[in-house]
Amino acid sequence: MDEEYDVIVLGTGLTECILSGLLSVEGKKVLHMDRNDYYGGDSASLNLTQLYRKFRPDQAPPAELGRDRDYAVDLIPKFIIASGELTKILVHTDVTRYLDFKQIAGSFVYRDGRISKVPSTEMEAVKSPLMGLFEKRRAKKFFEFLQGWRDEDPATHQGINLDKDSMKTVYEKFGLEPGTQDFIGHAMALYLDDDYITKPARETYSRVVLYTSSMARYGKSPYIYPLYGLGELPQSFARLSAIYGGTYMLDKAIDEIITDSDGNFVGVRSGSETVKAKQVIGDPSYFGAGKESEGGKIRVVEDGKVVRAICILKHPIPGTDDSDSVQIIIPQNQVNRRNDIYIAMVSSTHNVCAKDVYVAIVSTIVETDKPELEIAPGLQLLGPIYDKFVSVSPLYTPVSSGERDNIFITRSYDATSHFETVVEEVQDVWQRVTGEELKLKKREEASADK
Amino acid sequence: MSKQYQFKLVLLGESAVGKSSLVLRFVKDQFDDYRESTIGAAFLTQTVTLDDQSTVKFEIWDTAGQERYKSQAPMYYRNANCAVVVYDITQSASLEKARTWIRELQRQADPSIVIALCGNKTDLSARRQVTQEEAKKYAEEEGLMWGETSAKSGEGVADIFTAIAKKLPLTAAPPASRGGGARGGGPAPRSGVDLNRQAGGQSGHNEACNC
Repeated sequence: MDEEYDVIVLGTGLTECILSGLLSVEGKKVLHMDRNDYYGGDSASLNLTQLYRKFRPDQAPPAELGRDRDYAVDLIPKFIIASGELTKILVHTDVTRYLDFKQIAGSFVYRDGRISKVPSTEMEAVKSPLMGLFEKRRAKKFFEFLQGWRDEDPATHQGINLDKDSMKTVYEKFGLEPGTQDFIGHAMALYLDDDYITKPARETYSRVVLYTSSMARYGKSPYIYPLYGLGELPQSFARLSAIYGGTYMLDKAIDEIITDSDGNFVGVRSGSETVKAKQVIGDPSYFGAGKESEGGKIRVVEDGKVVRAICILKHPIPGTDDSDSVQIIIPQNQVNRRNDIYIAMVSSTHNVCAKDVYVAIVSTIVETDKPELEIAPGLQLLGPIYDKFVSVSPLYTPVSSGERDNIFITRSYDATSHFETVVEEVQDVWQRVTGEELKLKKREEASADK
Repeated sequence: MSKQYQFKLVLLGESAVGKSSLVLRFVKDQFDDYRESTIGAAFLTQTVTLDDQSTVKFEIWDTAGQERYKSQAPMYYRNANCAVVVYDITQSASLEKARTWIRELQRQADPSIVIALCGNKTDLSARRQVTQEEAKKYAEEEGLMWGETSAKSGEGVADIFTAIAKKLPLTAAPPASRGGGARGGGPAPRSGVDLNRQAGGQSGHNEACNC
C-alpha cells in the first residue's frame, strides 16, 4: 500500500463503483476500498447468512428458506427505468456484457382501497378501472399533448409554456380530476410528494416522457432488473474499474482520513498502513455519518430518513395477477401522508431467492417518530408476511463540495424508485472531481474474434 | 451447419503465474515477455472445433487483478462453466495458492463446473519445484483435469483448452444464440432483455462482437 494513487474511493456502493470505473477508464490510478468483505455497501444484495448477520446477528437463517447461495436480497428497493440515464451508462461502458436483465412484470397503483395495473398498452388503458369513461378521454387529450410537444413548434404548445406555467395550470387546462392528477404525478412522473404541482411543468413533462418511453421499450412495465439482484450493478462497474487498472481491497478497515494542517486531503490510514492520493471519494459512512463528532470536522449532515421493510413472502402479492415482480405505488393523498409509500417485489425469476419465495421491500420517507407504523398501508397489501427486516436509514448529504479539500462525499441512496438520481449524483461528483462535464466514451472493443 | 456451444471460462491463480499470457497464447497465439499486470483486455473469446465438427466457443474472463487482495466479486464465478486454475511449476507456493482457489470454486461456483489445474512455465523446467506426480496426484484426488503448459513456447496450451471443450457437457449447454450467451448456464432458454438492442436508436451488436 505504499504506492501513491490519483484517487482513493471508499465504499463499493453503486455511486462509488460507477465513478471508480469511469475514472479508471479515463486513465486515473484508482484504489478502491471497502470495510465489508462484500461488494455493494448500502446498495449490496446479500445472501441469507449476510442478511441475518446484518439484521439479527444472534439468529441463524431458518433452514426452510433454502440454500444460502440462492439468495441475493437487495438492501435498497430500486429498479432500472428502461430508457433512463443508468441504461445509457451501462451500454456505453459495455458493462452490459457482465449482466443479464429481466423485465419487472408490472407497475401498480393504489386507489380507493385497491390496486390497479398502470396500463402498458392501449387495450389495458381502455379496460383500466383507474378512470371513468369521460376522464379517459380527457386524459387521452393530455397524453397526446405531451407526446406531440415540440419545443420549436408553438402550434404544439396549445398556449402552454412548460418553463413558466405550473403543472396545476396544465392539469386544469385538460380538466383532470384529482385522482388522475395523483396517477400522473405519482405513478408516472414518480414524484414522492405534491410539491411539483406548483412548479413549472417542464420537469413533470420530462418525467412522464421518460416513463412512457421506458414503458414502450420492452412493454409490461417501464422497469428492468439485473438477474441475481441489484448488487450485480456495483460489481460490474468494479470489474470495469479493475480491468482498467483499478486496485480493489475489500474487508479493509478505514481508520482515519488524513488531512494536512489546512484540512486538505492527504491519504487514508488502515491500521498501521497509510496510503496517499490526490483525491478521495467515498460514501457518507466513511466520513463520520451517524457518529458523534469528536472535536473533528463535521463533513455530512442528516437530511431526512427512509424506513424500509424487507419482507419475505411465500406467495405473490394479492391482486397482482400472480406477477413475479411488481412495483406498487401508494400515492400520499390516498393514505393522508406527505410522501408516497412504495412496494418493490422480485422473486426467484430474478435469481434473488429460492423458488416460491417472494421478496418485497416496503419503503417511505419518515414523517413521524413511529416509522414502522407509517408503512402499515403497504404491509397490509402483502398478505401473510413470513419474515420482516425493518430498518430506518438516515439520508446523509455532504456539507461541502470537496473542491477545496479534495474530499468528495457522495449522498445516501434516496427513496426514489429508480437510479436516475444516482446517475445525477455521479455526474455531479465527476464534475467536481475532474473539473469537467461527464462525457461517456464508447469502450474500446477487446474481443479477439473481430 | 454444425452446432456451436458457448461457455464461460474463468481463470484463477496467484499473480504472475501467467494467467493472462496463457489466454493471450490461446486466443491470439502471441507472447510478451514483459507483460504488465492485466489492463484493458479482460474479455476474450476463442473457438475450439471438436472431432464431430461442433464448435465450442469460450468466453474467457480474466481476473482483472481483483483476486490480489481477496476481492474477487461473486459475479466472476457466477455461471462459470469451466475454470482454469493456474500455478507456476517453478514456485511451489503457487500450487498451494491454486489449492485455495479450487476450494473457493468448490464453495462458490456451480457444482457442475469443470475445473482444470494447469502448471505453467514448462519452458523453465530447469527451475522446476512442483513435480508432475505431485500435481497430478492432487488433481486426481479432487477430480480435476490436469495439464502442463508453456505460454511462452505454446506447448500444451491448445491441448488443455481442447481437453476442457471435450469434457464440457454439450447436451446441457445452450447453443450460442447471441453475445454473452454463456451466462445463464442451464438449459433454460434466455428470456431476458437486451439493452444493446434498442439503446437510443443504436443498432444492435452482431453476434460476433460478443458484447
